[in-house]
Amino acid sequence: MASSAHKFCVERILLSCRRSLRTCSRSYAKAKTKKDHTSPLPGGWQGRVGLEIHAQISSNSKLFSGSQVQFSAPPNTLVSPLDASLPGTLPVLNRRCVEAGVLTALALNCHINRRSLFDRKHYFYADLPAGYQITQQRLPLAVNGHMTFDVYDESRSQRQVLKSCQVRIKQLQLEQDSGKSLHDQENGEVLVDLNRAGVALMEIVTEPDMVDGAEAAAMVKELQLILQALGTCDGNMSEGSMRVDANISVSRSNEELGTRAEVKNINSAKFVQKAIEYEMQRQIRVLEGAGEVEEETRYFDWKAGKTISLRDKEQRHDYRYMPEPNLPPLIVYTDATSPRGMQDSVVNIDRIREQMPELPDTTRRRLVEKYGIQFQHSVALVGEGLVEYFETLIDVKGKGRDPRSAASWVLTDLLEQLHKRSLTFQECSVTASKLGEIVDLVGMGTISKSTGKKSVVLYKAHMLQLTCPTKYIFCWIFSQILGLLFDGDNRSLSQIIEENEWAQIRDEETLGRICDDILEKHTELVEAYRKGNVKVVNRLMGEVQKATNRCAEPTVTSRVLKLKLEEH
Amino acid sequence: MNHLPRLCRAPLVGRPVLLAITRRLSSKVPPEPTWEEVDETKLPKPTKIDKDTIDHLERLALVDFANKEGISRLEAAIRFADQMFLVDTTGVEPMDSVLEDRELYLRADTVTEGNCKDEILRNAGKVVEDYFVAPPGNIPLPKKEEYDR
Repeated sequence: MASSAHKFCVERILLSCRRSLRTCSRSYAKAKTKKDHTSPLPGGWQGRVGLEIHAQISSNSKLFSGSQVQFSAPPNTLVSPLDASLPGTLPVLNRRCVEAGVLTALALNCHINRRSLFDRKHYFYADLPAGYQITQQRLPLAVNGHMTFDVYDESRSQRQVLKSCQVRIKQLQLEQDSGKSLHDQENGEVLVDLNRAGVALMEIVTEPDMVDGAEAAAMVKELQLILQALGTCDGNMSEGSMRVDANISVSRSNEELGTRAEVKNINSAKFVQKAIEYEMQRQIRVLEGAGEVEEETRYFDWKAGKTISLRDKEQRHDYRYMPEPNLPPLIVYTDATSPRGMQDSVVNIDRIREQMPELPDTTRRRLVEKYGIQFQHSVALVGEGLVEYFETLIDVKGKGRDPRSAASWVLTDLLEQLHKRSLTFQECSVTASKLGEIVDLVGMGTISKSTGKKSVVLYKAHMLQLTCPTKYIFCWIFSQILGLLFDGDNRSLSQIIEENEWAQIRDEETLGRICDDILEKHTELVEAYRKGNVKVVNRLMGEVQKATNRCAEPTVTSRVLKLKLEEH
Repeated sequence: MNHLPRLCRAPLVGRPVLLAITRRLSSKVPPEPTWEEVDETKLPKPTKIDKDTIDHLERLALVDFANKEGISRLEAAIRFADQMFLVDTTGVEPMDSVLEDRELYLRADTVTEGNCKDEILRNAGKVVEDYFVAPPGNIPLPKKEEYDR
């Protein structure tokens, strides 16, 4: 066990050294270079991507009805007469949804239309009982925004910034979601659940400012973090709270935009990237074969890793947009225009702006500036939603926990345990204060430092390059304890340490007894020492460590051992 | 700012009162029914629906009406709407809705409806395990084989 721990430690140290060396070569300021528009596509092809992102607004009730919003409820239990489009029902707009839309639009630097309109978009589909969707086509809630995001190098474990990009936001509109259809191919039937029908969506439409799948995926991830920070959408793509349509085209450099194909309903950032990469390659193959890209709707088959035509182009969609006659214009106010006495029942842009929380990009910079942690660590903490945990861990009065080490504990050890158990951070049973306790115990030297002589040597050699070196010495025991806690070990930390004999032995009397034992067993070495061979002390030290499972505190042991040798 | 007086007043006035006021003020509503013959010769030529359009509409609407009676009913409906060509709309700004000079009332985000599955499903022609059952989609669906690949 000791040797495997040793090996583990050495590997970790080597790994961390490589990481920190790479880090040194890249400063934060340097990473913020101008957007690099070189296309990764072969043959001088240039790709263009615009996204339409449907984000479900986190609200208690639906956009136009008072039925509940909840994922995976029993079918058709969250349906009001309006959601089922029964005659005689009328839509009543949910204020929360407007406020969420305004807050999101402000975070995306949009211009908010003080007056916006609702329209009907018609199409017949079984999960759209009204035969139309209420959306905002002519005059949406907000227009002309932009957001910035970084593209990270995902091929390596740490997140290095490849480039910073900006994408223009064309508009943000409020609209209804449709119900859900289950296709029963065997019986040739469609089963319809209207629980989702009428749930509020924000459709965020970008200009075609992205050049490849990596940029588009990075944009989606950043938007997801922004929405989560705002609390306007939970960003859960696997539950369909965020769905992406990508408009993709390729053209020869310096030419006009090519004909685009739309890939619909992509439900993860990874698939956004894959779908776009596949689709661009497909279009290039078509164009290089002297064919023409058809303007069509496709869907991404993630199992096959391909986009497949939905073959609906013979009938171009005619949505027959018309003004929604049941909804007068939506008016939002500012402090200057807000009608007195009505402050609580109207939406006020200035009031909403005051509620703007810290956005991910600001959080990243703040973590770096306030705690001096590496930029990659702050990116990872923000990306994994661990900022609060991290800050709780280090903001304990009088403990003086090192933020840089804390970032590593959280990002390496904690995440490793979570991933190993396929748990999400929300399911994490080890609280920040518990993790802090282990960290403090390790820091106080209760847990043995010397898990291997070699690691100590390496530690010294690389001390200068490591940001948080002590951690790697303790990491093995540290992760063992963490693992036990995750497995539901109820013992106290000191109990765990004691029962596993991980505690460091620094008691002189105990060490003296052990040294006596060793000296008796190795009389030939004692003899050699007497003849002036001082080097044998190291061998004897090694024997003591072996006998104590490497728990003997080295400084005290060395003193005790020398004393005993002199006495002999 | 000119919404202010109306907004303040609105909650104080009960619905029946509002209706009564509106009715009295609606001078555009004639007191007696009027009748005017439509001059058929001034209308555009009657629209004939071809087979392709019927196909298209049927597919969109999932309604089966490609028979003699269905087609003649559709053509009659179009003919009826043709009368609108006789109305002179020069200089009249199109109107979205009679409510376009009003503003939307916003409700609080509270759950007040739903949980009435049985009533909702009572309208369904066919139900399977609390789902509505609809005929297979009008939008071409990916084949099962394509999913399984």
